[in-house]
Amino acid sequence: MPGRAEGGASRIRSRVMHFGPHLLLAALEGLVTSAVLALTALGLSLVFGVMRIVNVAHGEFFMLGAVLAWAVSTAISGHPAVGFVAALVIAPSLVGLVAFLAEWLVLRRLNYNPESTIVATIGMLYIIQQLALTFYGPEARPVEPPFSYRILLPWFGYSGYKLSVVAASAILLVITWLVLTRTKIGLIMRATQYDRETAQAFGIPVERVYAGVFAIGAMLAAIAAVLIVPISQAHYLMGQDPLLLSFIVVIIGGLGSLRGTVVAAVLIGLSDGIISMFFSPTLAKIIATLVVAMVLVFRPQGLFGTAPR
Amino acid sequence: MADKNGFFDLSKTTLSRRTALKGIAAGAGLALAPGFVRYSQAQSSAPIRIGFQSHRTGIGAAYGRWYEKTSAAAVKAINDAGGISGRKVELVIEDDGTDPARGAEVVNKFAKQHKTDIVFGTLFSHVVIGSAPAAGENKIPYFVVSEGHHVASTKLNRYVFQPGITDVKSQIQSMAPWIAANAGKKVTQIFPDFAFGYDHRDYLPPALKAQGADVIAQIAIPPTESSFTKYFPQIPAETEVIYHVMVGPAVLTFVKELGEFYGSQRPQLFGFMDSLEAVDINSPGLEFLDGSHFWEGSPRYAQPDDSAAQKAYRAAVGIDDNGAAVGDPKDISTASHMFGCWETLYVVKKAMEDAGYKGPEDRAKLVEATEALKEFAEGPEHPQGPKTFNGKIHQCFGIQNISKVEGGKLKVVHKTKIEDGLYEPEGDYTTQAL
Repeated sequence: MPGRAEGGASRIRSRVMHFGPHLLLAALEGLVTSAVLALTALGLSLVFGVMRIVNVAHGEFFMLGAVLAWAVSTAISGHPAVGFVAALVIAPSLVGLVAFLAEWLVLRRLNYNPESTIVATIGMLYIIQQLALTFYGPEARPVEPPFSYRILLPWFGYSGYKLSVVAASAILLVITWLVLTRTKIGLIMRATQYDRETAQAFGIPVERVYAGVFAIGAMLAAIAAVLIVPISQAHYLMGQDPLLLSFIVVIIGGLGSLRGTVVAAVLIGLSDGIISMFFSPTLAKIIATLVVAMVLVFRPQGLFGTAPR
Repeated sequence: MADKNGFFDLSKTTLSRRTALKGIAAGAGLALAPGFVRYSQAQSSAPIRIGFQSHRTGIGAAYGRWYEKTSAAAVKAINDAGGISGRKVELVIEDDGTDPARGAEVVNKFAKQHKTDIVFGTLFSHVVIGSAPAAGENKIPYFVVSEGHHVASTKLNRYVFQPGITDVKSQIQSMAPWIAANAGKKVTQIFPDFAFGYDHRDYLPPALKAQGADVIAQIAIPPTESSFTKYFPQIPAETEVIYHVMVGPAVLTFVKELGEFYGSQRPQLFGFMDSLEAVDINSPGLEFLDGSHFWEGSPRYAQPDDSAAQKAYRAAVGIDDNGAAVGDPKDISTASHMFGCWETLYVVKKAMEDAGYKGPEDRAKLVEATEALKEFAEGPEHPQGPKTFNGKIHQCFGIQNISKVEGGKLKVVHKTKIEDGLYEPEGDYTTQAL
């Protein structure tokens, strides 16, 4: 090929940073990925755990969250933080409402049949995606971060906002955990997850729990999207990657296990950051997929999942 | 084609009476269906139908929308002035999803179902490369607006043309002297990991070497990547210029993260406008680009020395002085590329009129007439500037703009000459059979 002869240029890769700072940057990037992934995958895991539904449209709820965040933050003038906070409240609520309606209009009518709901959620995926393309358009649009503080390290600069995403996500995960383990709502959800018929026999309105869980699952994805959208813009195709990664995380961590989801998200996020920085992003994806295959073969219930009853 | 077993060869298969009847019934139904108009008697007055392979969805969607706007404006201008050989021009649009496999299907659909006269309008290089064989098989002229070097490399086929936009090899060659003289001698390249990026990967190092500068690192990034910081540690510390060309929806993230990584102590930046097409350069986080330089095919911002033709073109397409849609300052155009649609349609008009084109039976004549074209003068039909055309490699050559980001606008600081971008042809399409 012309030009390649002179090349060798592509082989040149001089050491730019020492190992320590390099690893630090890789870990920081990995943590941001993990944080967003944990929230998104938790939504998917919750829906599967309680409802036994594989929600293929989960990534589109993520995208919808980002697109609505853009809409809200551009509608509100003034300091970017005001728009962002408004987006953080309004966008997930609207996404939750959409999910609630979808549950009521579609999933309930299918009696939560596992096969039918997969097909139905694939349909939702396309409907939401194409509606976004029609009404929002094909552009990637930015949302201004609530603050733009650049942390200056001796070797490189890093976005302060990115670190705050990690913190926000950790707080949200703790809140979700508290809700699930310490509140009555959480108890009802866990009871429904454990045994649907018995829960119903004890007077738990299972259908209402399902609608709520589906909405909460979508809202978690939407919150993750609002957090990430000041870093990577809102775009109508942005739901694909999170969906795929969420599935990977949920399979590794064990469907329905909160702890497993978080551990797997951190594992996948960090290994993605580190492997892709020191080797190549493609290798990171290959390894993640390989881990999924291994888990499916040797521990089908996932690292922290319980074997089906 | 790959029809080794003669599967589609009707003489080798036996048709049952029932199948034949079904086929006839289906054909009759199709002929009676609304919209199916037979123009056989009205050949001379029927519109010329141009199949527009558009990136309506997929990663090229922002480009696709502006390519459609520009083409619609050009078609309107052509029709208002009497059409092509007195016939109206009509665009038939099909979405290719910015996907090569679908692209080939769309070309087949234009040739076999819509029976358009030509196919036109593709941008993304992998789609062009994927669709070109279908155009060759159907013997339908395929006019792309892609800027990749694949057409001029003569590795496609005789039916593929790129007469409205220059190719990457030529662009790089024209700009390398400016980069080496004004930006720096040690260059790190960041480019998308697919066909279009490979043109940059392959042609920049020799072009810079000729100017006494060197590419010291090449970083390929998958086109679907959404976060970029992890690639930046590969940029060597001694880098004087970062040469970036990115495509797709995540371009803004790319530039923002580069800004966060370097802050004010950055190397010089030289970018292809592809990195920011359809993106407002005043978006939050892009302050970092101030003072950096970009290649622009056609300037996004109106320049003080704009020709009357350039002004008329901008008005016809509907973009304001900032390169945004008139009436919506947030809707930024893909000005660096979309002018190619306008100019290509005028080349098609010229070639069809030269060929005395009547209909699909004259497609071979159209190919030859296009190959015979030599130059396009600057003017209302070619508002970006004058161009020459090499019929052997089906590629035009023109001027390039180097613009500086200054006060939130792009100001053209250097224009190259046509000669700067000329190179030895790598082959000759005209030796291929029609």
